[in-house]
Amino acid sequence: MSSGKLLAIEVKNLVKTFGETQAVRGVDLQVPAGAVYGLLGPNGAGKTTTARMLATLTRPTSGAARVFGHDIVAEADTVRSIVSMTGQFASVDEDLTGIENMVLLGRLLGFGWSEARERGEELIDAFGLGDAANRQVKTYSGGMRRRLDIAASIVVTPEVLFLDEPTTGLDPRSRNEVWDIVRALVATGTTVLLTTQYLDEADQLADRIAVIDHGKVIAEGTPGELKASVGAGTLHVRVREPEHRPAAQGILAQALGVDIELGTDPSALFARVENTGGISAAFDQLSRREIDVSEFSLGQPSLDEVFLTLTGRPAEDQDAQDETEEAA
Amino acid sequence: MTTASPAQEIPRVNGRLRTALSSRTRPPRANALSSTITFGWRAILKIKHVPEQLFDVTMFPIMFVLMFTYLFGGALAGSPRDYLQFLAPGILVQTIIMITMYTGMVLNNDLKKGIFDRFRAMPVWRASFLAGAMLGDALRYLMASAVVLTVAFILGFRPDGGVIGVALGVLLVMVFAFAISWIWTMLSMFMRTPESLMYGSFMFLFPLTFISNIFVDPETMPSWLQSFVDVNPMTFLTTATRGLMHGEASAGDIGIVLISSAIIVAIFAPLTMYIYNRKE
Repeated sequence: MSSGKLLAIEVKNLVKTFGETQAVRGVDLQVPAGAVYGLLGPNGAGKTTTARMLATLTRPTSGAARVFGHDIVAEADTVRSIVSMTGQFASVDEDLTGIENMVLLGRLLGFGWSEARERGEELIDAFGLGDAANRQVKTYSGGMRRRLDIAASIVVTPEVLFLDEPTTGLDPRSRNEVWDIVRALVATGTTVLLTTQYLDEADQLADRIAVIDHGKVIAEGTPGELKASVGAGTLHVRVREPEHRPAAQGILAQALGVDIELGTDPSALFARVENTGGISAAFDQLSRREIDVSEFSLGQPSLDEVFLTLTGRPAEDQDAQDETEEAA
Repeated sequence: MTTASPAQEIPRVNGRLRTALSSRTRPPRANALSSTITFGWRAILKIKHVPEQLFDVTMFPIMFVLMFTYLFGGALAGSPRDYLQFLAPGILVQTIIMITMYTGMVLNNDLKKGIFDRFRAMPVWRASFLAGAMLGDALRYLMASAVVLTVAFILGFRPDGGVIGVALGVLLVMVFAFAISWIWTMLSMFMRTPESLMYGSFMFLFPLTFISNIFVDPETMPSWLQSFVDVNPMTFLTTATRGLMHGEASAGDIGIVLISSAIIVAIFAPLTMYIYNRKE
């Protein structure tokens, strides 16, 4: 901590092997306190396993990690008292009602019966679940369940909250609600470590991002830094008819003199450009050849493009080994 | 809650959310007893919310008592009523021992759920999770015992040992049931589904309870079968329970049940805890 910046999590060469599979192969992280840190990567990249090791749920094969200075293996109990984990799959009891879940967790964390109920009711109301408090969780919608899940993680406000893919499977509205909660939580001083495979989620929430692929950190920085490392600017083009994409690729390559890459969307193309010369000519060429575009914009590269540049393949390219199954 | 607040549904960062989030109350760590009681409360809530699970626990024994009493009673003991005096304690043994497999099934289900991760990431005594589950089991055993004994009593079961003898008999069966539930607890850590655990334990328990002295006196069995019945722990348990309920148990009958329970616990409890603590 020579920089004077307090680190919430410090990870050195963390490795986890499941039998033959190396899920995490030497991860290093430095997570500053009081911010959102994003672990971004496709399925099977090792994000969940890393988060589970830090939450003391999985023992590292080798390497070390500290949470606010406490070793995750030697001082696991101390770490457990300051962290909280919201797993990828609802970590509440579906047979119990919302309030019963909260009382259960409050009691286990050391509250008396009435304090546990008070705290539970306070959180349930604050998370907009007051009307559903006495219903079994199995009757909840996905968004409600997620909110209860997060509420359950902060019965005692943790110093560090691990959120494993908090918005996977949620509708956009519920996703925004979860994002709001995360922002509010960080505003009150909690450090959040978020794993996600959604690039816009990391972009929206995280102050710093580590891009993980095949069990290793392949890039790290603020969202801005990551984008800048890829190139000054990116031209985004979307053709109206996907079958026009190959033609558009040829025209743009000729007009701009750079490689044109194809996005995961079958109508999207993008190119890193160093200067703006030739861009208007490229646009003219496309309209002269009657290739209709729905988007033609110059801006910062998206994280999707960052991933493509870093790994040579799009982020959606899922790996054979599915770590989530392994970890569960 | 005021009706003026339209934000009930959406937790847009309102005052209530901010207040709830900024609470930094950190209660002292829950002690072992308190976390065990809390897990026991959860087990009881689960029975309350999913009462269907009690169907097996209650219908199965009722069926057995009725069927065996009236089908075989006349042939085996001269009259159904006479046979019932012999059968009732044995049916109690069979019923309780069969439902010990629920312990493993419930745990197997729990271990795969996200909630188990949450429990493990909490600073609580880890064994309290298993100990709390046992409180739920105790409730299940007591309910099943009450059903069996009530039905038996209605049909004419009049034990000579009286209420105390019957209570001691139930207690002894529960002691043994807790002992063997450790076996299912251990298996629940390996088995992939609760169903496979059920089939596995059924394959084991079904012959074990039938090839014993629960239903008939082993005297008429071929000698090779008798030699199995003579070493079957279910036979010891049934003899002791029958003895207690009819007021004629010897210290040796009871002692052997307690000793075998102790041996089972001594082997399986540490083994289970070892595996449980290393589970990922």
